Amino acid sequence: MSSPADLVIDVAGVTKRFGSKTVVDQVDLQVRRGEIYGFLGPNGSGKTTFIRMLCGLLTPDGGSGRCLGYDVLTEQAAIKRHVGYMTQRFSFYEDLTIRENLDFVARVYAVPDRVAAVDRSLERLGLQHRSRQLAGELSGGWKQRLALAACLIHSPRLLLLDEPTAGVDPKARRDFWDEIHTLASEGLTVLITTHYMDEAERCHQLAYLAYGKLLARGTVPEVISAARLVTWSVSGTGLHELAGRLRAQPGVEQVVPFGNTLHVSGRDAALLEATIATVRLPQHTWTRIAAGLEDVFISLMDRATDNFR
Amino acid sequence: MLRVADQGPFARTLVSAMKHSEYFRVVAETESEAEAARLLELGDVQFVLNIPADFSRQLVRGERPAVLLEADATDPAATGPALNALRAISLTVLDRDLEGALAPLRAKDGPIDFRVHAHYNPENITQYNVVPGLMGVVLTMTMVIITALAITRERERGTMENLLATPARPFEVLAGKILPYIAVGYIQVTLILIAARYLFEVPMVGSLPLLYAVSFIFICANLAVGITFSTVAKNQLQAVQMAFFFFLPSLLLSGFMFPFRGMPEWAQWLGSVLPLTHFLRIVRGVLLKGNGLLEILPEQWPILLFTAVMMTIAVKRYRQTLD
Repeated sequence: MSSPADLVIDVAGVTKRFGSKTVVDQVDLQVRRGEIYGFLGPNGSGKTTFIRMLCGLLTPDGGSGRCLGYDVLTEQAAIKRHVGYMTQRFSFYEDLTIRENLDFVARVYAVPDRVAAVDRSLERLGLQHRSRQLAGELSGGWKQRLALAACLIHSPRLLLLDEPTAGVDPKARRDFWDEIHTLASEGLTVLITTHYMDEAERCHQLAYLAYGKLLARGTVPEVISAARLVTWSVSGTGLHELAGRLRAQPGVEQVVPFGNTLHVSGRDAALLEATIATVRLPQHTWTRIAAGLEDVFISLMDRATDNFR
Repeated sequence: MLRVADQGPFARTLVSAMKHSEYFRVVAETESEAEAARLLELGDVQFVLNIPADFSRQLVRGERPAVLLEADATDPAATGPALNALRAISLTVLDRDLEGALAPLRAKDGPIDFRVHAHYNPENITQYNVVPGLMGVVLTMTMVIITALAITRERERGTMENLLATPARPFEVLAGKILPYIAVGYIQVTLILIAARYLFEVPMVGSLPLLYAVSFIFICANLAVGITFSTVAKNQLQAVQMAFFFFLPSLLLSGFMFPFRGMPEWAQWLGSVLPLTHFLRIVRGVLLKGNGLLEILPEQWPILLFTAVMMTIAVKRYRQTLD
């Protein structure tokens, strides 16, 4: 379906240990050009570490592969020139203005025709009237826009975004994602980590990482169907008590409140149905629904914890 | 250092008494006046004791022979006590030799007439020594602290991660951190020189362009120390503490606080590692003695070596930061 030349990221068996702790364990990943690849997983699952290995900030302890056609183990300097990396924490100079920050980044990457490049990037992100403002005075949403502008100034071929929308309001998040989709349609490849399910659903491909292991990957429907999760939604009164009774019953793997309903899921449909039959009450309405991404991820996370404790 | 022109018994007694005192160490003996002057200028010796040719004869005649002590008085703190010690020696040293008919020579004011010639700073003015020294002290303090904070601050604010993700190489980043402060260092040098000249009226015998040129190595040495601390320290507080850990020995063991030759051997050895020790000799040598490039050359390579070692450590440490 795709030739190897199309693969922007193609790594196998990537492993990273800090002391005796294996933070990233044998991760394989293929990302095609122009794809938005979502990277999900609980906190401390190794997402950031994996991204840092891709852009040469950390040296993998094991594994091999290529990023943008360069060897991830030996050609880190070449990779750095063509990757835009947006860190989890705002990491530009708060005591410089927006323009000075962009100008600095452009200098470091030796961008040709620097002044014009800075102007273009200010314009593209709608920052031109704020260019003399100090970066430290910006609100979270504007800081994020500045960081994105700085990552793009050297026209990278791959964007690595580490939780770019944490703490950003919904409108700014939507604008951000529109921008990402525009960039992807122009041929830029994007690897993005997030905790938001709505953002995960905007990705072309997903990977779920927990405790350093890659647990699931594929498109959104693929990930959901691979989980083989049967989910029932209950509405009515006394849901909190019901949730307490359902937990630890045979076949019930997770009980999660979703607003005024309760999602009860398990992988064994028959067993789950049998259990539900024992707790059915007239005031409850039970409907079988398609499992959502969030149900799947919570189930994956729970199972991962079981495996590692 | 002795310049002995007389080999009579009394001269020999005086010399051996000096050798046995804890205070003096005889580094060289010569009859040449030029050689003695050269050693004093280089700073290899602190004193030259000139014993004249007819010392013994004059002594026997009761003429109170004049012995000239030439001192490198750039540091008055070092010369004063030494002169007192020498006077004390001379009062009693010849008592055993002066017996019988010569006994009356043990006069109250001693059989020898001591003349002191304090070179470079004849009035023993402390500020001539302290103010040029301050140049080195101020540079050490400010340069080390400024750069010690440089990389630590990047790490504390989180900007380091971004910087590492760029293609900038370790040496480039370190050089970028150091270069602006060289200019700052030169501004400080200029301010201190102006103050020394017009506020403290310190004589400036030697070449100022030469002083400016050799200050470069010293400024770089301190910046290198700071940048090394910066790569080791985990936060800014730690970096400042490390800077003080370097600054205090520099202050105490370099010869700024105490006369260098008066310190114990191990302290002198430690002091010789510190760039400030050598820079103090350079500044005082150029300003007060009028030393040229050749005379201060022996003080320059230890600073250079120190800088090279520090930079190597800094570049090595910098690479490993995120791993």
